[in-house]
Amino acid sequence: MATSMTARRQGFDPPGLFQPGDSVLHRLPAGWKLLGLAVLLTAVVVASSLAGVAIGAAAAVAGYGLARVGVRVAVAQVWPLRWFAVVLLALQWWLAGLERAVVSVGSLVVAVALAGLVTVTTRVSAMLATFATAVSPLRRVGVDPDRVALLLALGIRAVPLVAGLAAEVRQAHRARGLPLDPRTYGVPLVVRTLRRADGLGEAMTARGLDD
Amino acid sequence: MIRVRQVSHRLGGRLVLDGLELDLAEHRIGVVGANGSGKSTFARLLNGLVVPDRGTVSVDDLDTRRNGAAVRRRVGFVFTDPDAQIVMPTVAEDVALSLRRHSLPAQERAARVADALAAVGLVGFDDRPSHLLSGGEKQLLALASVLVAQPDVLVCDEPTTLLDLRNTRRVLRILLGLPQRLVMVTHDLDTLEEFDRVLVFESGRVVVDAAPPEALAAYRALVG
Repeated sequence: MATSMTARRQGFDPPGLFQPGDSVLHRLPAGWKLLGLAVLLTAVVVASSLAGVAIGAAAAVAGYGLARVGVRVAVAQVWPLRWFAVVLLALQWWLAGLERAVVSVGSLVVAVALAGLVTVTTRVSAMLATFATAVSPLRRVGVDPDRVALLLALGIRAVPLVAGLAAEVRQAHRARGLPLDPRTYGVPLVVRTLRRADGLGEAMTARGLDD
Repeated sequence: MIRVRQVSHRLGGRLVLDGLELDLAEHRIGVVGANGSGKSTFARLLNGLVVPDRGTVSVDDLDTRRNGAAVRRRVGFVFTDPDAQIVMPTVAEDVALSLRRHSLPAQERAARVADALAAVGLVGFDDRPSHLLSGGEKQLLALASVLVAQPDVLVCDEPTTLLDLRNTRRVLRILLGLPQRLVMVTHDLDTLEEFDRVLVFESGRVVVDAAPPEALAAYRALVG
C-alpha cells in the first residue's frame, strides 16, 4: 500500500500498527487502556497549559518506555503530523502568541502519541471486542454489537485500502502524463473504491460474516 | 454432492448461464472458459453468493436459495484478489474473524487459527500486518481464512491469476494437497492435468464435460 511504502521509505513502520510484545501495557485489557487514554486526553485538554502538555508528554514517553516498542515505532506515530504541526504552530503563534501555540500543538501531538501507544500495544480484535461489549446494551433496541464492531473493523481496513487505490490512480495519471485534475482523479478513485467495497462485501458474505 | 438443476442466470440483461445441469462429486473439478463465458458466475452459485434466476443449486441437499448460511459453512470460496477478502489488520486476527459466528472456547479458536495458518505454510505470521504481505502470502492468508471454518468443499475463482510463477506454484501446491474437494476456475491448463474432471464453459453453457486430457484438447481446439 502506498502509505505504508511511503512510511517505510522514511525508515518507519506505518503508524497505528500493532507491535507484538509482552509488556505490562500489552497485557492490560483494551478497555482499561481506552479508559486511561480518555482520562489523560481530557486532563490535557481541560488543563490547556504548558504544565498539562508537559505531563501528557511525560506520560507518553513513560508509556512507550513501558511498552518497549522502540523509539522508531514511537516517532512513527507522530511523524505524519510534522508538516501540519509546523504550519499550525506558525499560525497559532501569529494569532495567539507563542505559549498558546505550543499548548495547542503540544496537546495535539501528545494526543496522537497517546492514541498511538494504545494502538501499537492493543490488537484491533481486542479493541473491537471491548467496543462490542460497550455497545451491548443497545441490543435491547435492536442493534447487533458484533455487527457494529465489524463495521468499525471495515472502517479501519478502508484506510490503507483507499490510500492504495489513490496511489494507483496517481500512478496511472503519471504513466499517461496527465496532470492531476479533480475530475480525472476523483471519478476513477470513487469508482474503484465502490468496486472494491462491492468485492469486500461479496467476500464477507462468502466467509459467512453476514449470515 | 453438489447438484445444479436447470440453472439459468442473467446479469444486466445478459444471459450468463444457460440451462446448466450438473452433478459435482469428484475430488478435484476444473473449470475453464473464455472471459465472460460464465465460469465465475457458476463458481459463485456453488456457495450461494449468486442465487440463480431459474433452477436450483443444492449442496448436500441444502438449497442455496433457502439455506445460504448452511451452504456457506460447507463451501468455502477463494477469490482472485485476496485484498478483497482480507479485513483485519493482522494475519491471525483475519483468520480468526471467519470464526466470528462459531461459538468456540478461546483455546479451540486459537488452535484452529494455528492449524489453518500451518496448513498454508504461514506459521509465525500471526502478528504480521496483513496488508503488508506479498501477493502470494495474501492469497495464502485468504485461503487460511477460508480453511479455518473447515469447509467440505473449496471453490476457487482464478486464485493464481494475480500471482507470479513462484507464488502460483506455491498456492497450487497447497491447494492440491488439501483434503477438501476442490472446484477451481483457472486459465492454467497444465494444473488441470492433475484434476479428475474438467468443465469447459462457452457462452454460459458447459460445452465439454470430461476427464482432463479430452476436455483440455477440446478447449484448445475451441480457442484455436
